[in-house]
Amino acid sequence: MSIIQQNASSQDHREPALFTTALLDWHPWLPPLEESELTEVHYEGLVDRARAKSPYFMLLARDPQVLGARTRSDKDIFYNTAGGLPRRERELAATAVSRFNGCIYCASVHARFSERQGGSAEALAVLLATGSLPVDATETWLLVAEVARQISETPMGFSYVHVRVLRQAGFNDAEIFDLINASSFFNWANRLMLSLGYPTLPVEKQD
Amino acid sequence: MSTGFSFEAEPAQDLIDYIVGIESGSWLDTLRRGRNVLRDNAQQSAALLLNPEQDGSFSRTERLAVASFVAGLHGEQDIYHLYLGLLERSGEGGALSAAIRQFVRDGRTRGPYGAYPKGALSTEDLNGLVFDVSAEKIGKRLSVALKHAHLLVYHPRDASAGALEALQKAGWSETAIVTLSQLVSFLTFQVRIIHGLTVLRHAGPAVGQGLPESTP
Repeated sequence: MSIIQQNASSQDHREPALFTTALLDWHPWLPPLEESELTEVHYEGLVDRARAKSPYFMLLARDPQVLGARTRSDKDIFYNTAGGLPRRERELAATAVSRFNGCIYCASVHARFSERQGGSAEALAVLLATGSLPVDATETWLLVAEVARQISETPMGFSYVHVRVLRQAGFNDAEIFDLINASSFFNWANRLMLSLGYPTLPVEKQD
Repeated sequence: MSTGFSFEAEPAQDLIDYIVGIESGSWLDTLRRGRNVLRDNAQQSAALLLNPEQDGSFSRTERLAVASFVAGLHGEQDIYHLYLGLLERSGEGGALSAAIRQFVRDGRTRGPYGAYPKGALSTEDLNGLVFDVSAEKIGKRLSVALKHAHLLVYHPRDASAGALEALQKAGWSETAIVTLSQLVSFLTFQVRIIHGLTVLRHAGPAVGQGLPESTP
């Protein structure tokens, strides 16, 4: 309990009050595992051993099997490029969901990923700043962001109307399925990041 | 719905296929198997979270109570009733079911809402229901968990260290808090996959579209 209070009181002026593409830090409210505590079961849950450096994954490693199933789902949704939606649009969906739910940390990471995959930096910047893409964004992008948002409402607003419009715009069913998966997954990810810790802006170098 | 689903059925049943009504070899089955690792791990996540071999300090009955509540809040009737059915057949769960149904009726609203860190985003702050769950019928420990679940479902950007502290005060260990957070967050994913696939099932396959060969 002391650790929660300590972290809570240090939650201060460095917490971002705007959506940003800056490289943010994330701090857990609960103590993560120490590297010395890890067994093979934990490394299996982390999937990539390098994630032992991440306080987020080291906190989730307290339930290593659940973390492992989460991470393998994540990777298939965002990195499996056998057919389906291009990666920049999957990352756009992740960004749009994170903006809608209010996860500043998640939105920063996935806006950068979308941009790196060829997504429009200008359109992503407007999405982060205003919550909507600019009117001159492509039809594909407008539809992806809108459907991501409808899927993220509670109760869900996604309906056959969206399926029809997506198909008319040329999306095939594998692409629509990827959009559903990416948007749904970020409802999972946002809630973990928002509720188990908090982000801070990078420390500015003084010299 | 009569619950013909079990995590322990032989041969194994896929929960999402069962709820959506996806037949082996159908177009939706083909679509799901195009992301087979996801298909397997969505099932594994559900089994690990709801039917764990070792439930640690977070009992299976408590997990099913949380799952029923979260599915009910989303208004997804089939998965809600499946989880209620599993709850009613789990140990002491029968006594909880009526209370959960009442909490769902009282707690349902529309999300997401909540407040941002003070600053330019404050103009986007939205007030909404902050749901207090009575401990009277279900005990302090479970009532605090359900209150946390309501926060995560509808207004996750209001989450705070204080919310975790309330869980600790009600007897939740650090590891059990991580599992509870995974459970609620996973369920917000699972109900959306179920919803999305159900919408696709009603829409039917795209006319003239062969899958997955037609994928450009």
